Amino acid sequence: MSHEPPHRPHAERHSNLRLVVDNLCVDRGGRRVLQNVGFSLAGGEALIVTGRNGAGKSTLLRALVGLLPRAGGAVALEGLDDDATPAHAHYLAHADGMKASLTAEENLEFWSSYLSRTESEASSLGAQQALERVGLGHVAQAPFAILSAGQKRRVALARLLVAFRPLWLLDEPLTGLDKGARERFGEIMRDHLALGGILVAATHEALGVEDARELPLGGAA
Amino acid sequence: MGRVPALFLRELRVARRLGGSATMGVAFFLVLVSITPFALGPDPNLLSRIGPAILWISALLAMLLGLDRLFQADAEDGSLDLFHLGETPLEIAVLIKCLAHWTSTGLPLTLAAPFLGLMLEQDGAALMGVVATLLAGTPALTLIGSIGAAATVTVRRGGLLMALLVLPLTIPVLIFGVSAAEAACGGTVSFGAPFSILCAITLASLALCPFAAAAALRYLGE
Repeated sequence: MSHEPPHRPHAERHSNLRLVVDNLCVDRGGRRVLQNVGFSLAGGEALIVTGRNGAGKSTLLRALVGLLPRAGGAVALEGLDDDATPAHAHYLAHADGMKASLTAEENLEFWSSYLSRTESEASSLGAQQALERVGLGHVAQAPFAILSAGQKRRVALARLLVAFRPLWLLDEPLTGLDKGARERFGEIMRDHLALGGILVAATHEALGVEDARELPLGGAA
Repeated sequence: MGRVPALFLRELRVARRLGGSATMGVAFFLVLVSITPFALGPDPNLLSRIGPAILWISALLAMLLGLDRLFQADAEDGSLDLFHLGETPLEIAVLIKCLAHWTSTGLPLTLAAPFLGLMLEQDGAALMGVVATLLAGTPALTLIGSIGAAATVTVRRGGLLMALLVLPLTIPVLIFGVSAAEAACGGTVSFGAPFSILCAITLASLALCPFAAAAALRYLGE
């Protein structure tokens, strides 16, 4: 298998990118789930969030992207023109954001248009290319509902490719993926880091990214 | 394609596919209008007199059918989280979803109404009145309904709760819609007065409801 060298239009621009999380506290249902979580990631770095079920991995990702209110602390994405974290982040949760009655390609075309930013169009793939990248070019016209769980996950991962975002926040990205798909996705993540992107993933499994840092969440005291 | 047309197109496609709200709404409308004469009896004079009211009540109920899924379907499949994060303001996304809902439900109902009106002994002027009032009034039903849909987005099987919340708010639309439609087929009231108020209600809903629904979605999303 031969690989073209990754196309890096953003490597220059995002080289001084930094995600700084300082003393983040999050409450859910009157209980403190995250207490004083802090880390700092530079462009090209990956962080794997680990911890037992209920330790607050998903809560951390949702708080980072601004879907949950913060009880304390700060999250800042430095090195961009504006510091609105949500607009520069891809957030991938358990729910995949795809409509069951539309085809995989229609779903991705929608997200491609909806998430598009004029500056980023150069480095984002079309819906069909993104599906081929995750190995699903042959089911582009199939209704999303009839795909298998692993195929659905791969379509959801293809959403990360149809619009460029420097920060990827992934919640259990590998659920349901077979070995080949994991290798493909590992390659996609390495390309993203090579472009100067930042990756934060909550997972129980090996992500396939070299020298990723680890943040163990032990649950709040 | 821009973000707004892309969202509109997606909503229309989902509504038109099997089990979507578009066909169900028109079918439900047809059934409601068809069974009313069985309850009231086949007296042409009676049906002719209350025809506009039957069409309006049926249209109101058919509009509500499926409206509870307006945001709930997106909440379940994770799209709503992405709408929260997107650069398009949530208010605009709500407005586009309402517009698509009206195009796929309200507009077909309006177009089907004159044919069903023939079954209720309506003359030409009355049919025109019903079409005009439904065209002006059904957008308000969608917009007011969007507040109920947003407020019940986290409630499982929230359709009934949504109907309880929304139906009282639609009473002004019903009153002025039916009185304008009846005025169109003669009577003491002029057509213009109730029809203007109906249009005013729709415009006010257009200005207020997207903000109210988006505020409810933001509050419940946290």
